[in-house]
Amino acid sequence: MGSPPHIAVIGGGSTGAGIARDLSMRGLDVTLVEQGNLTHGTTGRMHGLLHSGGRYAVSDRASARECIEENRVLREIATHCVEMTGGLFVKRPEDDEEYFQEKLRGCRTCGIPAEVVSGAEARAMEPHLAKDVEKAISVPDGAVDPFRLVVANAASAIEHGARIETHSTVRDVLIEEDEVIGLEVEHASGAGERVHGKEGGREEIRADYVVNATGAWAGRIGEMAGVDIEVRPSKGVMTIMNVRQVDTVINRCRPKGDADIVVPHETTAILGTTDEEVEDPEEYPEERWEVDMMIETLSELVPMLEDARTIRSFWGVRPLYEPPEVGSTDPTDITRDYFLLDHAERDDLEGMTSIVGGKFTTYRMMGEEISDHVCSQFGIDAECHTAEIPLPGSEDFTVLRDYMDEFGLRSPIGRRSVERLGSRADEVLNTSDPNPTVCTCEGVTRAEIQDAIAGSGSDLNAVRIRTRASMGNCQGGFCCHRLAGELHGEYDESTARAAWDGLLEERWKGQRHALWGEQLSQAALNYALQATTQNRDRDPADGDPVDFSAFDGGVGADGGSGTAGVATDGGPRDGD
Amino acid sequence: MAIESEVLVVGGGLAGLTSALAAAREGADVRLVSYKQSSLRHASGLVDLLGYTSDGEGPIVDPYAAMPGLPDDHPYRTVGVETVREAMALFDNVTDYRGDHTDANALVPTHGGTIKPTARYPAGAAAGLASDDRNVLLVGIESMTDFDAPQAAAHLEAAGVPFDVRGETIRFPGDLRADAKVTRYAKLLDANGEVAVRGRTRGARDALAERVNTVHGNEQRVGFPAVLGDQRTDAVRGALEDRIGTDVFEVPMGPPSLPGLRLEEALFEALEESGASVETGNPVVDFDAEGGEIETVYIEKNGALIPNRADQYVLATGGLVGKGIESDRDSVREPVFDCHVAHADDRYEWFDGDAFGDHPFAQFGVETDETLRPLAADGRVEFENLRAAGSVLGGYDFAAEKSGSGVSIATGYVAGNTAATEVR
Ligand SMILES: Cc1cc2nc3c(=O)[nH]c(=O)nc-3n(C[C@H](O)[C@H](O)[C@H](O)COP(=O)(O)OP(=O)(O)OC[C@H]3O[C@@H](n4cnc5c(N)ncnc54)[C@H](O)[C@@H]3O)c2cc1C
Ligand SMILES: Cc1cc2nc3c(=O)[nH]c(=O)nc-3n(C[C@H](O)[C@H](O)[C@H](O)COP(=O)(O)OP(=O)(O)OC[C@H]3O[C@@H](n4cnc5c(N)ncnc54)[C@H](O)[C@@H]3O)c2cc1C
Repeated sequence: MGSPPHIAVIGGGSTGAGIARDLSMRGLDVTLVEQGNLTHGTTGRMHGLLHSGGRYAVSDRASARECIEENRVLREIATHCVEMTGGLFVKRPEDDEEYFQEKLRGCRTCGIPAEVVSGAEARAMEPHLAKDVEKAISVPDGAVDPFRLVVANAASAIEHGARIETHSTVRDVLIEEDEVIGLEVEHASGAGERVHGKEGGREEIRADYVVNATGAWAGRIGEMAGVDIEVRPSKGVMTIMNVRQVDTVINRCRPKGDADIVVPHETTAILGTTDEEVEDPEEYPEERWEVDMMIETLSELVPMLEDARTIRSFWGVRPLYEPPEVGSTDPTDITRDYFLLDHAERDDLEGMTSIVGGKFTTYRMMGEEISDHVCSQFGIDAECHTAEIPLPGSEDFTVLRDYMDEFGLRSPIGRRSVERLGSRADEVLNTSDPNPTVCTCEGVTRAEIQDAIAGSGSDLNAVRIRTRASMGNCQGGFCCHRLAGELHGEYDESTARAAWDGLLEERWKGQRHALWGEQLSQAALNYALQATTQNRDRDPADGDPVDFSAFDGGVGADGGSGTAGVATDGGPRDGD
Repeated sequence: MAIESEVLVVGGGLAGLTSALAAAREGADVRLVSYKQSSLRHASGLVDLLGYTSDGEGPIVDPYAAMPGLPDDHPYRTVGVETVREAMALFDNVTDYRGDHTDANALVPTHGGTIKPTARYPAGAAAGLASDDRNVLLVGIESMTDFDAPQAAAHLEAAGVPFDVRGETIRFPGDLRADAKVTRYAKLLDANGEVAVRGRTRGARDALAERVNTVHGNEQRVGFPAVLGDQRTDAVRGALEDRIGTDVFEVPMGPPSLPGLRLEEALFEALEESGASVETGNPVVDFDAEGGEIETVYIEKNGALIPNRADQYVLATGGLVGKGIESDRDSVREPVFDCHVAHADDRYEWFDGDAFGDHPFAQFGVETDETLRPLAADGRVEFENLRAAGSVLGGYDFAAEKSGSGVSIATGYVAGNTAATEVR
């Protein structure tokens, strides 16, 4: 074969990005299309637990084994995305002793390092644990940043020649004689839909093979191709606290249940979660009781959560799948394992495979398996190297400490940006220009913002997920306009203003489940900053022309007719 | 022994300061106690009266003419238009603000490049008005992320301002570090401190003007972010005007806002001159009431409760921002005197889904009778000798209307005056 086969991957979540990296490293020609920005789907709305496998050690041992294996891999290849916090399965007096012992045995059977610690020892590690926690099992859980990890996978794919198109929606699957031959894609355009890559219009992307990695949306792509894919989307809530009450992942040691885990992330702690089947991965109810339950139930483990400040809550939908013949009624019974659905074998439709189910932690393994499958379609015998070759930014974490001094970055800002960037810190932060902090809550500097803009275009939400800017306590109250300022120059004013509006709305939507107490006061402050000081709610640039001459022009401004009554038509200047 | 006064004002923001001033000028023995820095630290320092109607119509040219059209329970309706004018006269009397030569609102550009309607503006912002047709150069400082001059200039153009405007970014002379606080810039300019530029040292004002001159064209006025001095702003601005050869103005910015802090300081000075006593840094945490009147309030100081006693009290503790109004998952309350605050039971009804929607939380606060006494849920006066002023009041959305400082000044004036009259 002359040129390598062209593979179209649909979906820019962890699964799609992992596949794109793997296939492009094996020398295939890859195009990835994603309807939003990277991590727009479930990947951007998950808990960020790097599973040790402990959670599945009783109920789903196959998944548990995969988790510990991949947990070890990610610690090696993605050091800048992973924080090895360690985890505890804690037992309260009312929790079943038998289950505790079963958990311990399960971990050991699956090869998950597990130790029993006493209540006192657990509290020595985590002082805010409840006084009546009796004991715990320690396991190698960790925290993982899904945004950074997906961006790093995409960056690696690009380095290996892949084309990544975000804000591009698959509208149709093109089929000729029972074979998928490509995709019809609509590229977004306009100031509102900010674009990176090809802008505007429809495009037929011809492909030798299509991989459907759209997670909870897989059924929709299936419909376009005329095949049935029975994904069972199941929603879960996560509530972000404003400080990191714990430094270790805290799990409740009891059989499946809601509100049983706290994961520390950067400066925050995230409470989770629930498990409820929903009809539609985009339209589902987000309910007050879910948030209240997180706080109330998890306060049993960490009492100070009861009065702590939450900064937002968000929901994600699990792309669960089980072969239709299993017929579980409760979504918590559905396996967390993943499935390759080869539509040739299954539906007599050549040229496309869907990958459904699974977990973020095992994304790489899923990518490897499907890449093997794709390669075998073309008789290509190329090895997978994604488990050995570090992701961009992760090559040599040991030198990071030195960068801090080198760039004269003050702690903690320096430490945090260097941690985010990993070994790319040198390239990004090494600027001779002043490098002020743009987002104070998360310690994100101008150089990092500019790097993210270069990587993701004018979508400030994409800049946000790359850098964490606007994701701290103030939820963008103090920095949204600064981010718009950073965008201006590279982009014109109306694009920057539209992106600014988009970020304001996005930040606001996510806070709706946290609006009481401190966070309501913060919201009132943000509203005052944006509406009172900046008049962004009634921005004359967005509205009707203003009759400037009717307003106060000052007392005897020299040079002129500066008093009320200046003759101007006051109309917008555009186009004259 | 309790600390005694005739009038005790709780809260030292714009509303508390105005009411203490008004009461002191009426001859009352006044004491003001305040906990933390007020929301003037966050505020632009502009004094808005009314920029938009409750339905969002605007920008309003004449705020006084629009006040009678506001809803019945709006604080401006409670105090009346003529009283608002009197209150503004008091404000004008104690500050060096501009805008009192006309009833018309001014349109002032702020740091994002939006123009907003306001009634009074600091002298330092006067040359920046958007209804002045002289061309403008906006100067940004490279390491100051809060003000992007080229973006602000383009934004102003998009709003159709009647002049040409251009933005340039320069590096501030000397070696302030990238994250220097705005007060560092201001102090350096106040002192005209020495800075090194290409091996030569010179005064910061001269060095800054020189940098500006390299990018200045024929614009007749030059705008800077609001960092032109802290104590000696007139001198700093004057020096720059001199060396650049144009009018110079400041563009109001977000927190920490020097114009807001300067206003706070000016008002505290005026209050001290009026003979009132002031204590800041400690919160009022408790009170005793007897027969429908407040007898004593308690200030917490180093763990001890210090009694303060007065005949008349003013509640000016601010809104959600100043912590004069607090909430938890189930309710909204006024924490000092536990005055009634109306709110929906379901916290999801406290806000709108759009960032700039019609937010009930923005109107949270106490309801009052016509003399600003807070009312209980059943409509009865909570305490005979307690009046409320400023953001702790409900029934108006200052952010949407652009009425924040105006309502605080007007209601502060009424609360202070009435309290003083009561003790005569
Ligand atoms: C509440 C919750 C908590 C979780 N916590 C964890 C955890 O702690 N640890 C863990 O390992 N896993 C966790 N998971 C599971 C994990 O998040 C998911 O398994 C994983 O992120 C799925 O990734 P994906 O790429 O398959 O799907 P997605 O991230 O959903 O990616 C699919 C993408 O396809 C795109 N797409 C859809 N239709 C189209 C179209 N027509 N055209 C173009 N693009 C399209 C979508 O926009 C989306 O971005 C959690 C899941 C949930 C719901
Ligand atoms: C971000 C922002 C921007 C603004 N911009 C503008 C603008 O451009 N134009 C405009 O006209 N207005 C603006 N405003 C509104 C204006 O500046 C004031 O916020 C408003 O006038 C309210 O003043 P206040 O005195 O009622 O409350 P605050 O300023 O909040 O003061 C309340 C004071 O009471 C104290 N206090 C609270 N509880 C206690 C207690 N228990 N014991 C003792 N003291 C206590 C607080 O510490 C504080 O000092 C803005 C406000 C904000 C927040």
